[in-house]
Amino acid sequence: MDMFLLQAFNGLSVSSILLLIALGLAVTFGLMNIINMAHGEMIMIGAYATYVTQNLFLSYMPSSWFSAYYLVALPAAFLASAGVGWMLEVLLIRHLYGRPLDSLLATWGVGMILQQLARTIFGAPNVGVTSPSWLNGGVAVTESITLPYTRLFIILLVAVVLFCMYIYIYKTAAGRRMRAVMQNRNMAGCLGISTRRVDGLTFAIGSGIAGVAGCALTLLGPIGPSIGTYYIVDAFMVVVLGGVGKLIGTVTGALGIGVFNTLFETYTSASIGKVLVFACIVAFLQWKPRGLVALRSRSLD
Amino acid sequence: MPLINRLGTRGQRIAWGVVLILMSLAPLVSTEFRLSLLAKFLALAILAIGLDLIWGYGGVLSLGHGVFFGLGAYAMAMYLKLQASGSAMPDFMVWNSVTELPWFWAIFRSFPAAFLLGILLPGLLAFLLGLFTFRNRITGVYFTILTQALVMIMVTLFVGKQEWTGGTNGLTGYHHIFGMELHRPSTTIILYYVTLLILVLSYVLCKRVVRSRFGQVLEAARDGENRVRFLGYDPAWYKTMAFTLSGALAGLAGMLFVLQVGIISPSMMGIVPSIEMVLWVALGGRGTLVGAMIGAVVLNAAKTGISEAYPEGWLFVMGGLFVAIVLFMPKGLIGVYHSVTGMRVRKGGVPDGQSVRKRKHKQATS
Repeated sequence: MDMFLLQAFNGLSVSSILLLIALGLAVTFGLMNIINMAHGEMIMIGAYATYVTQNLFLSYMPSSWFSAYYLVALPAAFLASAGVGWMLEVLLIRHLYGRPLDSLLATWGVGMILQQLARTIFGAPNVGVTSPSWLNGGVAVTESITLPYTRLFIILLVAVVLFCMYIYIYKTAAGRRMRAVMQNRNMAGCLGISTRRVDGLTFAIGSGIAGVAGCALTLLGPIGPSIGTYYIVDAFMVVVLGGVGKLIGTVTGALGIGVFNTLFETYTSASIGKVLVFACIVAFLQWKPRGLVALRSRSLD
Repeated sequence: MPLINRLGTRGQRIAWGVVLILMSLAPLVSTEFRLSLLAKFLALAILAIGLDLIWGYGGVLSLGHGVFFGLGAYAMAMYLKLQASGSAMPDFMVWNSVTELPWFWAIFRSFPAAFLLGILLPGLLAFLLGLFTFRNRITGVYFTILTQALVMIMVTLFVGKQEWTGGTNGLTGYHHIFGMELHRPSTTIILYYVTLLILVLSYVLCKRVVRSRFGQVLEAARDGENRVRFLGYDPAWYKTMAFTLSGALAGLAGMLFVLQVGIISPSMMGIVPSIEMVLWVALGGRGTLVGAMIGAVVLNAAKTGISEAYPEGWLFVMGGLFVAIVLFMPKGLIGVYHSVTGMRVRKGGVPDGQSVRKRKHKQATS
């Protein structure tokens, strides 16, 4: 039982990171029908932004302040990734609307260049980030189970980001414009919404959230140039499973994949667990080909 | 109008004959090392033809061809490994303290079985994946992501089942086929001709497929799937069949690749190689089988050259190519060739059928 609880907790924390990554993907995919393969590199940028912030604190700040670096790193990671994402949208994505497969290839190329850039700047080996001291230790639930503060903090962080996204999408004017563009781009344009600006803003926000995910990942282990690649395919599976267009689909998709992945891997092995998850997803798509929650539409082709 | 079309059917046949003769003369002029490289590129061109069949003609982008390629390659490597080990167990199995040869390894003792499985296994996997996805109208992007996930799990599986697959090291340490040493000039030349022959046969097969009614329906389904469905065809079936053929060709390419290179490991079937394969077709020009072959050879030659000179440079070049091709030459090298030769015609060359018709129409109306 203890074992099961611990695995469930681990599954939850894996899900929460996946959710953070998939959130940006789902939004850009749903809004612009763009497959952003460079999304993994936004995670990487966020992670390296955290690393740089840490090093800046180490060199320029009194050592007693060091633990506060993480609070600066979070917004820094968001801004760095959002900035790069916005630039990417303006320079490249803008020319690829309505061509999902082409956008996939082009953004993959961008991702490759960004990875190699990171390798040139920071070196190919992984670098470590020291977790702030206030995240050391954990909550002892029973004698054998200790839930580490870092993982609890990540779950909390994801919950906060999710809440902010919910408020943004469903309660603000900007969010309403975003949903309008997502549901019917032409009609939204006719009603005076600048779809270009909505696209750019949304893409930047999605990339920024990926940056936050990268910042969270630094708490779990060392970071390297290809850190994003490990998560990107899983994150896309979340989008496929959850369906595009509703926040709740992404949340359930991430929870499902994260928890099942962890459970399967516990009871079989890492490789068989992945095969089982994949088989389950393909089987599930037989039943609901558009994913768990999809926007209803009567359009054909 | 493209230069090659002006030759007429007979002229085209002669042109192809000249190319083939030049290709078959290659062993006379090139060193053993270069010849082996060229044979490797030709093997990869077989895969490119298959990928173009499903992407260029079927409109379905697969990022999973590394898996099919890998399955074929592993089938051949298992046969070679068993031959090399003789009656003993393969060395990596001994290191992983496996005492008895698993039954699915024992099958690969015979060459015909290994050869057939190297084509059938990837074909079957492609068939099953196609069956389960196309039937439910899982469209372009969703399918692409699924194939990418397939690559992920296959690589994990092959790395994880170290006692059966050799793990990250893959299968290596075999030097003979049919009693001939793999790295001897005579074997290299034989392998080159075998690869060339199989490439030509694959090309002819795929050309026939795309020209047949099957190919026409496939192309129609690419351009308007629902209309094809309303006409009473089942696009899912056509796509599944094309995908199966494509997977089988990738397996064939993998088998030939192992013979040239002498090693196969999970990193050769991973996500990056799989997407690199797509780049070959994109650069050459999707929807033209010749373009796919040219793209495969040109890009692999470029990769060999560039990564010899600057090992880090290749990723920049490849990334840049993806962006540049998508933005500036969506029809690839063949498309560039068509537009360049097309311009020459407009400046006063031989008129093609369409412009003659237009001129006549103009005369008739004026």
